[in-house]
Amino acid sequence: MSRHALIVDGRRILVERDPMDRLLDVLRDAGAKGVREGCGEGECGSCTVLLDDQPVCACLVPVFQADGASIVTSAGVIDAAGQDALASAMLTEGGVQCGACTPGIAVTAHALLAKDPAPDRDAVRDALAGNLCRCTGYERILRAVLRAATAKEEAS
Amino acid sequence: MTVAHRPTSLGDAIRLMADPVAVAVAGCTDLLVADLATGRRHAAVVDLSRLPELKGVREDGGVIDLGAGCTFTELRRDPLVRSHLSSLAEAAATIGGWQIQNRATLGGNIVNASPAGDALPVLLALDATLVLGGTQGTREIAYESFHQDYRKTALRQGELLVRIRIPRPSSTTWQAFRKVGTREAQAISKVVVAMSASLADGALRDVRIGAGSLAPTPVRLRAAEGVLTGRVPDAAAADDAASAARAEVRPLDDVRSTARYRRWALGNVVRRFVRGIRA
Ligand SMILES: Cc1cc2nc3c(=O)[nH]c(=O)nc-3n(C[C@H](O)[C@H](O)[C@H](O)COP(=O)(O)OP(=O)(O)OC[C@H]3O[C@@H](n4cnc5c(N)ncnc54)[C@H](O)[C@@H]3O)c2cc1C
Ligand code: FES
Ligand code: FES
Repeated sequence: MSRHALIVDGRRILVERDPMDRLLDVLRDAGAKGVREGCGEGECGSCTVLLDDQPVCACLVPVFQADGASIVTSAGVIDAAGQDALASAMLTEGGVQCGACTPGIAVTAHALLAKDPAPDRDAVRDALAGNLCRCTGYERILRAVLRAATAKEEAS
Repeated sequence: MTVAHRPTSLGDAIRLMADPVAVAVAGCTDLLVADLATGRRHAAVVDLSRLPELKGVREDGGVIDLGAGCTFTELRRDPLVRSHLSSLAEAAATIGGWQIQNRATLGGNIVNASPAGDALPVLLALDATLVLGGTQGTREIAYESFHQDYRKTALRQGELLVRIRIPRPSSTTWQAFRKVGTREAQAISKVVVAMSASLADGALRDVRIGAGSLAPTPVRLRAAEGVLTGRVPDAAAADDAASAARAEVRPLDDVRSTARYRRWALGNVVRRFVRGIRA
């Protein structure tokens, strides 16, 4: 075992783990249940977290590579006010059905909107290419992200 | 239990790699998937993500010099890559989704040595040279002689891939990349092809075509290259190159596709490339 210090949604945590343990398991064991496991091999994006602001699959990051890094999960991307533009756009557009993909999509979409506040359709498609959704057919999710971008523009 | 090392210089990394049980790790997008499939554990890993010698893209005397540790996100956004190595920028954009591109490195794609690695045909088409570092010092090897057989490379025990050097294509060089998969993004290729060529007095010169998923290693399509060399890139040349490419490969049937489909798709890609060539 070795010690690893991570900042998870702004909170510092210290864990004793095998360095090759997956960040996904470390986060879930530390109570960050917004990080979901789907495929466990990088394909589905349901375990997406931000690792130093970059979306990554937590199932493919050994914990030692996250040592000292800041990690943001779906719980951490909701605005302080709780009025997350993306969450409400997802509801309005019907972008959530079974919900299995939703936390990962929320994290990826937040990273996109932070980098590019007014993305076009192609930019949204490109950003979400690594997040699979078996229910919605993507169109509603796409529209939700575009709607959230517009809502954020108007609010700012 | 694994011992994980995080060296911050190439010299330290090479010393750590002298331990025969040490395994290099970069973005882990191949390594952890393979670990999961095989259940293997490593006694020692050497993290390459903090080595400055493996980072960045620079121009150096007519060569574009890429760090083995560059991620595909870094490559597809890099101004030098976008302006001189457009086929590599295109390949980078098709490798997995954003999450994978943020972690997956060019060096990992090369050393992992999958015949379907999407960056690899580009390295053949652009005549890349690899810089390898080990306890014996640094050596260079043409990428073309690096992949020796299915997942077998010229990398020696303990050696690291440090840089990838690509002669800067001239302003008249034309490049193309195309990956045929099951879906647009994040799918392993059924066929992947890259090409570069230049035009002199209307005729094709320096034609190089690299293709993946057709053989145990990525291959050059020398017959198709030969057909095109010296030709005007018209419809007849495009058809002849497509036929030559289909005839010279021996693809296999596997879970992702059939030999027949691969041949057919390869010919179509080559034909479309040639028809798309503009001075
Ligand atoms: C969901 C998913 C989608 C994918 N999609 C694609 C795709 O579309 N196209 C494609 O080509 N690939 C794809 N891949 C495969 C993978 O992402 C790439 O091959 C990637 O480039 C590997 O790089 P890495 O940095 O993650 O390598 P790692 O997994 O860290 O390492 C791979 C191997 O290379 C060795 N290694 C790495 N760097 C060096 C170095 N500098 N010197 C010596 N040895 C080294 C390691 O020891 C290991 O054996 C995908 C993978 C996943 C999980
Ligand atoms: S669980 Fe990580 S990508 Fe599917
Ligand atoms: S809502 Fe069910 S997987 Fe996306």
